[in-house]
Amino acid sequence: MPELLVELLSEEIPARMQERAADDLLRLMVDGLEQAGLQARGARSFVTPRRLTLSIADLPAAAPDTREERKGPRIDAPQAAIDGFLRQAGVTLEQCIVEEDRKGAFYVARIERPGRATPEIAAALIPEVVRKFPWPKSMRWGSAQLRWIRPLHSVLLTFDGQVVDMMIDGIRSGATTRGHRFMAPQPIKVRRFEDYELKLRDAWVMLDGAERAETIRAEANTLAFAKGLKVVEDEGLIKGTAGLVEWPVVLMGSFDRQFLSLPEEVIITSIRSHQKCFALREADGALSNHYLLVSNMIARDGGKGIAAGNDRVIAARLADARFFWDQDRRTRLQDLLPKLDHVTFHAKLGTQGERVHRLEELAATIAPKIGADAAAARQAARLAKADLVTGMVGEFPELQGIMGYYYAIEEGLDLEVAAAVRDHYKPQGPTDAVPAAPITLAVAIADKLDTLISFWAIEEKPTGSKDPFALRRAALGIIRLVLGNELRLGLLALFELYRKRHLPSLPRGTSINFDAANLLEFFADRLKVHLRSEGARHDLIDAVFALGGQDDLVIMVKRVEALARFLDSDDGQNLLQGVRRASNILKIEEKRDGRRHDGVPDKNLLVQGEEKALASAIDRAEAQAKVAVGNEDFEAAMRAIAKLRAPVDAFFDKVTVNADDPSFRENRLRLLNRIRAATLAVADFARIERT
Amino acid sequence: MNTAGQSPASQAQMDPRRSFQGLILTLQRFWAEQGCVILQPYDLEVGAGTFHPATTLRALGQLPWRAAYVQPSRRPKDGRYGENPNRLQHYYQFQVIVKPSPADFQDLYLGSLEAIGIDAENHDIRFVEDDWESPTLGAWGLGWEVWCDGMEVSQFTYFQQVAGLDCAPVSGELTYGLERLAMFVQGVDNVFDLNFNGGSGPDRITYGQVFKQAEEEYSRYNFEQADTKMLMRHFDDAEEECRTLLLKGGMVLPAYDQCIKASHLFNLLDARGVISVTERQAYILRIRELAKTCGAAWLDTAGGGAGAHSERRGSG
Repeated sequence: MPELLVELLSEEIPARMQERAADDLLRLMVDGLEQAGLQARGARSFVTPRRLTLSIADLPAAAPDTREERKGPRIDAPQAAIDGFLRQAGVTLEQCIVEEDRKGAFYVARIERPGRATPEIAAALIPEVVRKFPWPKSMRWGSAQLRWIRPLHSVLLTFDGQVVDMMIDGIRSGATTRGHRFMAPQPIKVRRFEDYELKLRDAWVMLDGAERAETIRAEANTLAFAKGLKVVEDEGLIKGTAGLVEWPVVLMGSFDRQFLSLPEEVIITSIRSHQKCFALREADGALSNHYLLVSNMIARDGGKGIAAGNDRVIAARLADARFFWDQDRRTRLQDLLPKLDHVTFHAKLGTQGERVHRLEELAATIAPKIGADAAAARQAARLAKADLVTGMVGEFPELQGIMGYYYAIEEGLDLEVAAAVRDHYKPQGPTDAVPAAPITLAVAIADKLDTLISFWAIEEKPTGSKDPFALRRAALGIIRLVLGNELRLGLLALFELYRKRHLPSLPRGTSINFDAANLLEFFADRLKVHLRSEGARHDLIDAVFALGGQDDLVIMVKRVEALARFLDSDDGQNLLQGVRRASNILKIEEKRDGRRHDGVPDKNLLVQGEEKALASAIDRAEAQAKVAVGNEDFEAAMRAIAKLRAPVDAFFDKVTVNADDPSFRENRLRLLNRIRAATLAVADFARIERT
Repeated sequence: MNTAGQSPASQAQMDPRRSFQGLILTLQRFWAEQGCVILQPYDLEVGAGTFHPATTLRALGQLPWRAAYVQPSRRPKDGRYGENPNRLQHYYQFQVIVKPSPADFQDLYLGSLEAIGIDAENHDIRFVEDDWESPTLGAWGLGWEVWCDGMEVSQFTYFQQVAGLDCAPVSGELTYGLERLAMFVQGVDNVFDLNFNGGSGPDRITYGQVFKQAEEEYSRYNFEQADTKMLMRHFDDAEEECRTLLLKGGMVLPAYDQCIKASHLFNLLDARGVISVTERQAYILRIRELAKTCGAAWLDTAGGGAGAHSERRGSG
């Protein structure tokens, strides 16, 4: 089975772009080959810091022959036209046949093309793929016109073990690659993937990123275990470091124990974000003064020099962190607030200082609704953003909130206020934990609500895949905070309050157009996505959402849940059948009449026993359902309506809806309409798809 | 006992692992051997070696260029009154620019590390993504920060744009942080403890002896005492002079000097904390505008390659 091997060797590819690049190479090559008529089987791609590699295990030796028929001029057309056609189609007159249609006889050229050989296709395809490769950012180098992520050095290209000759901007393909930059820099000749991978391994290159990651994980655990320590798990860091080395070697380093007095988030962040090293814990969970680094070298001295060098850098980083820690603690959070007036939040939305004023008001408004102390919520909101102007958060932005918490504790502030400062950014994503402390909730909701409403007001809404201000995350955050804690918040009232109190105080010149209904719809959409991800049936969600105008997330969810539970019961089936029978006939008649039958049925026009019985059953059901909905007991409401099944069946058995007398017909349709209307207290049953 | 030129003392003076100046001299020699013009520092205050016209302006246009030089760099905001072992408001960069960037630029760079005594087989040298951008120069490029055992020792950049103009051919730029490199090879944790001259005993002169007082005094000046009204006035003057000179024509280099001055004045104002976020952006744009105008004007000069085509055709 002929096999294709491609390797693009370049200077170091940024780690964060590698995985995507391997996928892109695979896709572009397989698509390109397919378009040329070649079916690729067993295609795999690999990436290291210096190379992108594609192996296709099975590829035909050539594309299939093709035959094409092309319609030409009429046989009595001028000779020049016929000659032109022949030239264009690349055939002689003898290779044409004559066909006839209504307008007369014309030539048809039969063009037969032998399928191109695979090497030829590959040689043409690779320059094309290189030129259109979707790097997030690419560059030129030297005097070349070519663009690549970093200078491209060589292209290895073989098919069935033979070099395929190809040229791209002065780079000629060959069968040569190179090993590890330092441990095996000499050229290596290869023929196919099998020996390519093996020879690279001998030359200290682990081709497979997953294997490099696995090696890092395993070596890290072994080294930690030997010292009785545990690695602070960090999948992102494993992946990141695997993208920085061709041959991972994990080494242990250490720092002075005195740095352990720093908050552990500070230590872990210093170690990981700048130095890409792993933190370690002691058996009792306390942070260790040892750490792990991933190097790209089997050093002659066993890595002593490398570890010592890293120790020095980490010591300097931690000394810097301690400087910020000491410096920051000299100023109370309160006293940092004026600085927020100089930090722009968004050009149209003013400064962080202005934003904090809004947060205070909002948090204080929300607090009593959710059982939090308003004064404490106000204080927490006021201090929530103060750490943004501390030295530590300036250096490590990812410590926002966390530093505020530590500084609040250090100055002796209330623990709940400190926790709110720390946790008000939560939840950050669909899996982040939802806080439960009331003051935290008030500030967390205020923070997200302010973001949503203010960006909505300046019409910076998410579109398609673009959501630069993470508004979807903010809405999902509120949804999870509210549902996770069963908070009863009328969103519309909060929107309205914001419109009155805060929108007018946005910076002058900012044009405001706040569409509250549209924002509520956005919440509904996000809630749908959330419920669907939790496994709720989408038609039940739609049935509840179709009611419209609801702004209490907890109630919306209660309705969906009640509906799901109830439809599973016998009563549920009764309800659904009864309502459906009524709705179906209504739909047909409404269509025929071109109008609805909304009016109140006239009691005097009810003549048959079954319709009288149905009418009074509806009266009872409606009344019971109303009480139940008032109590938020949606199942009871539905149970009440479900009792209509028997009278509805009897009604359809005995009563002719389409009576000859139009007034009887109208009255009976109105009766049926009341059934449908009654159910709307819970959900729009027309949206329910299956039983 | 000692013969001149062979004595241990004089070897130490030149040994990049034992003296700061030995490190500088070794790098200069290395790049001189690669055909670079070894220049001396530009005689104006700059924030980085890139500002030197030998980089900024020479990166523009199509003429080939190779230069290397030490550039004292001033970052008023980074001053720590001489109290931080790693941070300085004045430090040395070693700058290399090669246009067009050669295919073996990475190997050349690694060769220079070997020359200053960094053994690649015992250390972990890594090219870690770092996209370089200078908003004030309207310049950007792609490349890496080079790590040696976790320490950033150099910046490695392929210029894509300078002064808002595409670079073609592309220049390769190396910026070595000399103090950091010296600390690394000398195995010293505090910059002020660096051996400057390679001397021992009473003959040893440290980096601290040379620069610590300056760090203290300039930190005081940069953070507390610089007359901000005067600085703002000077900024306006420099801006105006730059424009005037460009309008009059034939004085691109003097005009660019004014752009450099404006940039340093801005850095001082920034360190004094008198520039708000919005103003900051405005200042940066003003400097970038100067840089762009200078860059465009440079292309019309002989140094920028104007007429190079016809000349070459004429002589060939």
